[in-house]
Amino acid sequence: MRRIGIDVGGTNTDAVLIEEGRVVRAVKAPTSEDVTTGILDSLQSLGSTGVLAGRKIDGVMIGTTHFINAVVQRRSLTRVAALRLGMPASASLPPFCDWPEDLAALVRGGVWMVEGGHEYDGRPFMPLDEAAVIGAAEEMKAAGLASVGISAIFSPLDPSHERRAAELVAQVIPEADITCSSDLGRIGLLERENAGLLNAALADLARDTIAAFEKAIADSGVDAPLFITQNDGTVAEAGQARRLPVYSFASGATNSMRGAAYLSGLSDAMVIDVGGTTTDVGQLKHGFPREANSVVKVGGVRTLFRMPDLLSIGLGGGSHVQLDPLKVGPVSVGYRLLKQGIAFGGTQLTTTDIAVASGVLDLGDRKKVAQLDAATCRKVFGEAARMAEEAIDRMKTEAGDVPLIAVGGGAFLIPEKLAGVSQVIHVEHGDCANAVGAAIAQVSGECDQIFKDLSRAEALSAAQGIANDRAVAAGAARASLTTIESEDMPLAYLPGNSVRVRVRVVGDVAPG
Amino acid sequence: MTRRELSLDDIESLAVGAWVLGTGGGGNPYLPLLNMRLLYKQGHRVELMEASDLADDDWVGTVANMGAPLVGQERLTDSLTLARAVTVMERHIGQRFAALMSMEIGGANGVRPFMAAAHLELPVVDSDTMGRAYPELQMTSVAVGGLAGDPVSLVDVRGFESIVHKVPSWKWAERIGRKIVTEYGSVAATCQPPRTGAEVKRWGIHGTTTKAIAIGAAVREAQRRHDDPVEAILSVEPGKLLYKGKAVDVARRATEGFLRGIARFDGLDEFKGSQLTINFQNEWIVAWRDGAPLAMTPDLICVLDSVSGEAVGSETIRYGQRVTVIALPPTPIFLTPKGLEHVGPRAFGYDLDFRSVFSA
Repeated sequence: MRRIGIDVGGTNTDAVLIEEGRVVRAVKAPTSEDVTTGILDSLQSLGSTGVLAGRKIDGVMIGTTHFINAVVQRRSLTRVAALRLGMPASASLPPFCDWPEDLAALVRGGVWMVEGGHEYDGRPFMPLDEAAVIGAAEEMKAAGLASVGISAIFSPLDPSHERRAAELVAQVIPEADITCSSDLGRIGLLERENAGLLNAALADLARDTIAAFEKAIADSGVDAPLFITQNDGTVAEAGQARRLPVYSFASGATNSMRGAAYLSGLSDAMVIDVGGTTTDVGQLKHGFPREANSVVKVGGVRTLFRMPDLLSIGLGGGSHVQLDPLKVGPVSVGYRLLKQGIAFGGTQLTTTDIAVASGVLDLGDRKKVAQLDAATCRKVFGEAARMAEEAIDRMKTEAGDVPLIAVGGGAFLIPEKLAGVSQVIHVEHGDCANAVGAAIAQVSGECDQIFKDLSRAEALSAAQGIANDRAVAAGAARASLTTIESEDMPLAYLPGNSVRVRVRVVGDVAPG
Repeated sequence: MTRRELSLDDIESLAVGAWVLGTGGGGNPYLPLLNMRLLYKQGHRVELMEASDLADDDWVGTVANMGAPLVGQERLTDSLTLARAVTVMERHIGQRFAALMSMEIGGANGVRPFMAAAHLELPVVDSDTMGRAYPELQMTSVAVGGLAGDPVSLVDVRGFESIVHKVPSWKWAERIGRKIVTEYGSVAATCQPPRTGAEVKRWGIHGTTTKAIAIGAAVREAQRRHDDPVEAILSVEPGKLLYKGKAVDVARRATEGFLRGIARFDGLDEFKGSQLTINFQNEWIVAWRDGAPLAMTPDLICVLDSVSGEAVGSETIRYGQRVTVIALPPTPIFLTPKGLEHVGPRAFGYDLDFRSVFSA
């Protein structure tokens, strides 16, 4: 297996080549304005080392913040027609009702609500009003809308109304990009619908971006399929990522945690990713980041995305250091480190200057920081260690000492011994952990729905079957599938042994 | 007669405070809050009045949703349906209500009367019948007071209308009502047994909407200033800090239509090395520290997110979540022998004599 992992970050685009479980080469190129150039540059710089010559590459896996930035920065968004199947329920809270006004004004092309949807137990709530769907589609067409988000009550249990409505809309607007909320998973109509509407708003950007990525790969001479990494540390084939770009929102942090797992060989550990300004602490379970269960806001919109549960603190390689009284961070010089740090001729004392003074790092001019004595350096490192210990303790979910993997450019701040930690592991290529994480990403499938009148074992097994099928549809090899999450929750107030089951499986990318 | 128009900011605070008073249950008030934001945008306004300003022969409608919070997350809460539960009841008893009130201030039902009130242009009495959230209809101050448990109106957004006309007890109202709710798809807007002004004055738990607004305002202000939100709650309420820790295990099972289970926590900060377990039946019922009972119903056990100060529900609490647990004092009505019979630890199957954390 030979894969290229690329992480398009705010400052650098990192690329790594992984061959038979080993990082062969890692390169960095500045991230470009148009994204494509940065990827092309990093692939060419990888190629110029000769490691790609005459080799078959199984996949190029790209992690990007492109889609989430479009939402946060309110640019390159498509106007969307929202079609909700659930009348007469939910009428007082129409689609877009909890969006920030500025974002809604850009995205809301129109709202149509018609009868349809299901009950929690799969009974129809109301029959689907097909004539009203067709009428809505004709109005969308007249308004020039070609991106449509469809949602229905309890569609994760029974997506048939959403699917039928999608067919009807496609008959009226054949070129429409249609997102069904049931493809995005969870119970919670507003949050699921919001995810669907955001997805529909990214339709044009996703098409252009994925085409640009494919072009960059082709231009670089690499002949390999493109995969896009997702929030949960897995990848989607280019076609699926184009259809469901919201799943690729937050892949950066996930990739660095997955990369840490890979580089260290540990699948259950804490991970501390120390960047220039912030440090993220998370927990690996079975090689994947533990997910946040709560509502995640993206650009001010409530959604229920699969996102890693991370604690961020203001500690990094560029953190300001104040000696009396001692204070490290949260302010940072960020990417201006090479200008403003004392070791580089600037005037701001940073954690990097301390590391240079104590000989931990060989950067800049050590003479410029000669006035920092060993006791001062120890004190600053001690404070950084204390901050890390506190964050780790807050994120740990079990008593006792656990191993900790330290990655990221600022990992020098993490000492070999920390309270609550059995062992601190620094890894080679740790500064490119996110590109490594992209390169090793797997494919996942998830099922989250309510089962009624089944034994617990039967419900779990039914959910498992659905999750497996979804993983295979997303490009996984069936033989490699393993379950990494299985959770069942009996439901209050509902009769008949209703249980909500969530199962997630992952597998290796099936050979093309 | 003094009435106070609530600002939208008051209602934002009410949603946060009501969720704290939900003591783990009652459903998150987010969707009712969204409804109120839209109603205010459309020009609707709601007014709060004191129970003491009611005439003895006024009629007061008690508004609440019954059902599974999960179904509400899909069907969403609809304000016109709540208003219809009230008008159906008015038609049934042949009386007009002078005001509305909450059945339970805790959770989403703490905000719902205002959704009906906005359409019906009725004031809402600053009183409720639980002072918190509880899972069953007989767990109210009016049931403790021996007032009638019927009639109850139950309506559905598709147009269903039912009345539980005559039942011998509150427990029967709960049983029959629950059956109807299940057939509706496990959610219904209800108007609980109508009360006279005299009954509300005698048996209502007073000032609870104001209390919820004050708690919510304290939390929101602390969030803005990056102060400790839990301390902020304790500065406006005579509560007691019980514990700080993180959730290490949550075992849930659904029995007889309720979510029962146990949440376990490991101590943090000054509580390091100490373990807390809390039994729940939708709401947090009994908390044990290192095996000994620490707090129990009817004292309010509030589990709060340590960072945001917002309440954490028994349905959504998750592994690893960092929480602070506080107790708030209950209404004196529940501290009488009759009160404890309805809502004390034995009413939930725990063979414990009630001991308040506030009596020590």
